[in-house]
Amino acid sequence: MSTVAPELATAEARRSPGPWRTAGADLLRNRSALAAAVVLFLVVLATLCAPLYAAHIAHTDPFQSHVSGTTVVDGKTVPVLTPSSTGLGLGVTPIGPTWDPAHYFLGADNQGRDVMARLLYGGRTSLFIGFTAALLTCALGTVVGVVAGYAGGVVDAVISRVLDVIWAFPVYLLAICLSVVLLTDGLHLGPLTVEAGSLWLPVAIIAAIYVPYIARPLRGQVLVLRNKEYIQAAVGSGAPTARILRREVLPNVLPTAIVFVPLMTALAMLTESALSFLSVGVQPPDASWGTIIEDGLGLLYTRPAVTIAPGLLIALTTAALNVLGDGVRDALDPGARLRGGV
Amino acid sequence: MSRSTRRGAFAAATVALALTAAACSSSDGGSSSDPSTSSSASGSSAFQPQHKGGTLKLVAHAAAGSFDPQVNYTLQYWQLYQSMYDGLLSFKKVGGQSSFTVVPDLAAAMPKVTNGGKTYTFTLRKGITFSNGKALTTDDVVASFQRIFKVSSPTAGTFYNGIVGATACLKTPASCTLKGGVTGDATANTVTINLTAPDSEFPYKLAVPHASIVPKDSPTKDAGTKPLPTTGPYMAASYDPNRALKLVRNPHFKEWSREAEPQGYPDQIDYTFGQTVESEVTAVENGQADWMFDPPPADRLNEIGTKYTSQAHVNPLTAFWYATLNVNSAPFNNKLARQAINWAVDRSAVVRLYGGPNLASPACTILPPGFPGHVDSCDYTKGGGTTWTAADLAKAKALVKQSGTAGQEVGIVVQDDDVNKSIGQYLQSLLTQLGYKATLKPLSANIQFTYIQNTKNKVQLALTSWYQDYPAASDFLNVLLSCAAFHPGSDSSINISGFCDKGIDAKMQTALKTAQTDPTAANKQWGAIDQEFMEQSPLVPLINPKIIDFTSKRLGNYQFSKQFYMLVGQLWVK
Repeated sequence: MSTVAPELATAEARRSPGPWRTAGADLLRNRSALAAAVVLFLVVLATLCAPLYAAHIAHTDPFQSHVSGTTVVDGKTVPVLTPSSTGLGLGVTPIGPTWDPAHYFLGADNQGRDVMARLLYGGRTSLFIGFTAALLTCALGTVVGVVAGYAGGVVDAVISRVLDVIWAFPVYLLAICLSVVLLTDGLHLGPLTVEAGSLWLPVAIIAAIYVPYIARPLRGQVLVLRNKEYIQAAVGSGAPTARILRREVLPNVLPTAIVFVPLMTALAMLTESALSFLSVGVQPPDASWGTIIEDGLGLLYTRPAVTIAPGLLIALTTAALNVLGDGVRDALDPGARLRGGV
Repeated sequence: MSRSTRRGAFAAATVALALTAAACSSSDGGSSSDPSTSSSASGSSAFQPQHKGGTLKLVAHAAAGSFDPQVNYTLQYWQLYQSMYDGLLSFKKVGGQSSFTVVPDLAAAMPKVTNGGKTYTFTLRKGITFSNGKALTTDDVVASFQRIFKVSSPTAGTFYNGIVGATACLKTPASCTLKGGVTGDATANTVTINLTAPDSEFPYKLAVPHASIVPKDSPTKDAGTKPLPTTGPYMAASYDPNRALKLVRNPHFKEWSREAEPQGYPDQIDYTFGQTVESEVTAVENGQADWMFDPPPADRLNEIGTKYTSQAHVNPLTAFWYATLNVNSAPFNNKLARQAINWAVDRSAVVRLYGGPNLASPACTILPPGFPGHVDSCDYTKGGGTTWTAADLAKAKALVKQSGTAGQEVGIVVQDDDVNKSIGQYLQSLLTQLGYKATLKPLSANIQFTYIQNTKNKVQLALTSWYQDYPAASDFLNVLLSCAAFHPGSDSSINISGFCDKGIDAKMQTALKTAQTDPTAANKQWGAIDQEFMEQSPLVPLINPKIIDFTSKRLGNYQFSKQFYMLVGQLWVK
């Protein structure tokens, strides 16, 4: 027996940083992903500062109507909402962007509320719903996919058919239907109660409708994994199922689930914006980027900034999340880049 | 009329009303009114043949459902019916205050009123023919009144329940005969209507489209999309609620009374449905359409008001937007809490949200300005006065504190269109300022009105509006706040606040009786009743709206009837 082999193995182990560290290093080398991460960081930081901006810079309550309010522009006091004084004097126009952070930087909406302050608060809501829903979806999808794939048989058949039923509905249609129903009385599932106006309601709806998007690919992955020799060996050696799942299966599917997180966050944000735009997502006076776009719809001809600003932020944030998601995928599964997918 | 289209109204001409009411009301001696008396307020202009012809193009976002004149209850079609269907009486087809005047239409003269105001006898005009070529007879009139009940007309139980035999008809509509209620005498060419009790507003009720006379062989169910034959200058050639309505000239029409049913100018009227409101504006601007039904969107108002001033017609409506307060559940079962909301609401803010001071004015009373019985008074304005000047938030907060209702939850139910929702958001913000936990529930306009009426839905505060059916104070006060108008558990409980005060109810009955003999005195009584209601605060008057008719450049002869709005058949396109 040679004594060289263990020493070589130890040295090899010392040189190899491990799969997670390698992935991290790969990610840091990916300039696009880094740029996306920086953009995301700045957006998150800005939205976290919303209360500071509203209270100490703009001095306004972005959730309260200021229809008869006034502000100061170029040293003059002007109404926030100005009735037309030309021609027949029809219509009322909110103040436009003043580019003064202390006085309606991006103008006001039809309630006389500071658009900039609402944009920051709205970003908190959109990001919260997007990220939380994505985490929930990935967690639920992973559990469902792993159980279905590993158990097989009747359990797999039942779970797969349920996923098929959810999958069969157009995703937005399903989300709208659920929202319309749940917005009336809230969600009551045994001890779990979510009030009708709660932000957790859109989170739960969005998380639920996207579960098949995670569960199905992971189930397929587990179906392949469970026939691998090391799994068979573990089963043969009498290892309990829970331990096999925890130690052998989960570590193999986790990178895929992690790759899904940023992508699902972007998708969840878009869904939340769509639902809120249709009045079945975030409910007033709470703001999200979707509700702000809806608020601006009636001002499209006179104050387009109310709509354009949240639209740009949604586009920027989802683009950044997608680029970051691609970067994470490339880092965790370099082969996927060659295969052209996850 | 309830809303349904947010267009409708009129400011009642007290003088015209008095003349009309006097002309129509009875004395025991059974004096017959002279038709010329009631029609003298304003003469109709002579027909100008050089403007006859062409196709008038109208657009709307959506159709208004059934085209049956005895079923449809929307101003969208009531406006059209003025040039299509006729009743025994009619509102005068002119612009201005005179449009509130009731004149004889299919009847040759105003009715002979006898039996202490309970019997109306009409003599039919001769030579009138339906658009299907059949002559109008007394049988058609009798059958039409029976049909009101057979098709379960929306106002059968409210406008026409005073006709003898109506109670049985309401119970079993299919076998309705109105025995002893409406009878025809073919030989004398007369129709007699007997009421169970005098009704000073009955002439108005005969002049609305639900009392239109249609052929006796008309189906005894809702005619829906198959328009019934007409007596007026136009008839429907086709109707598809998803696409269009086409009106053409009635070949059998001969003008019998210019003030009741003048002949129309356009040869054809095309009404197209399905456009967005934005594209309606653009179509009118480009001359592709002559008029848009829907109110222009907020972001186009300034453009219309500055670039198209000659094409925009703004008219005040006798209507009001208001917030109902449920007096039977917390927190608004407390009068102080209700009064607090009335003190707190900034009416000028609501005016802004509606479209600005040229499109609405702050409301202080239930009866709109210019309406019979209206008295200039304002219980809830800072500093006092007869008109609203400013809200008093400090007083409101003090009242909320005194009522002990602060911190309670309040649900606000509004329609989900832009204007209603923005006013709802304002109210939510205001209630939060007052210390309540307010939530906003926007519902589709299709269901919101019935939803807020049903007590099972436990609506605490709802935003809604009321447009007159005819120019009488009772159409607001008695309809909206009487005990009889409150039906717990029903979708048809127009007393949305659930307010019932036996004392005020008795006063309203007195005013109704007074109106039969002395309309002026009755109006004074209604004014006092209005103020009593405001002291109790079952609702919060917000604004009195105006209407914009946006018309094409080529359109001429615009006339605004305060009863049924723009006179469609009188428009020129040539």
